[in-house]
Amino acid sequence: MTIAELTKKAELTSYTGTTGIKKVVTGGYISDLLSDVMGRATQGDIWITMQSHLNIIAIASLRDLPAIIIVNGTKPSEEMIEKAINEEIALLGTEKGAFETGGMIWNILNGNS
Amino acid sequence: MTLNYSISGGDFASAGNASSAVKSILKQLNIDNGTIKRVVISLYEAEVNVAAHADNGTITVDIDNVSVKMVICDSGPGIPDIELAMKEGFSTASAEVREMGFGAGMGLPNIKRNCDLLNIKSIPGEGTELNIEILLNQAKPTER
Repeated sequence: MTIAELTKKAELTSYTGTTGIKKVVTGGYISDLLSDVMGRATQGDIWITMQSHLNIIAIASLRDLPAIIIVNGTKPSEEMIEKAINEEIALLGTEKGAFETGGMIWNILNGNS
Repeated sequence: MTLNYSISGGDFASAGNASSAVKSILKQLNIDNGTIKRVVISLYEAEVNVAAHADNGTITVDIDNVSVKMVICDSGPGIPDIELAMKEGFSTASAEVREMGFGAGMGLPNIKRNCDLLNIKSIPGEGTELNIEILLNQAKPTER
């Protein structure tokens, strides 16, 4: 499923416009520990986290994660948005928490909603 | 091919720049994705360790037909007990660093898991030198 479709179905906020929206999401990973994501996320995963600083963009880019969903309504800084656009990472957000967001994304990716 | 980079202690905004540059070069050299992933994970963790613990550091990356060799050398507090530092979950990172999601004690274990050879030399009060080697085209069995 593309980022564009997922963003629409999950009613996510997009901070980076059309950046990377045609990329395909194949799975997901939920973690706030950066080394955990670095070591265990799989290429193509959408990353769900409450972390909101520049390093998350670097990690997504290095590990070929097409998009990040920042949970709990936390807004990314302008600097983060700029870096995400440069690195072609879709930066998304939701008011929901990580548990609910993960469940919702799981259902959408597995055709349950 | 030899590449050189520098890192400053505390500069988390720049952590990953060397990894990103090396990733681009390895892609241009048509190195397989599995090897690139292992290099990127190892080098990124090493960069973050310098940003989190040291005053400053240098990175030298050597790429040839056989392997990618990386030397990360820093001036800083050093590691008094390397065996302890290698344990998953052990960390001496500050609360501020942990709040960012770093300092979970997973950095060195991540490096160890992804490389073919890791050698750590450290003198407490002076600094640490990491030698990491990753062989080309030799995916580890743990590869996901």
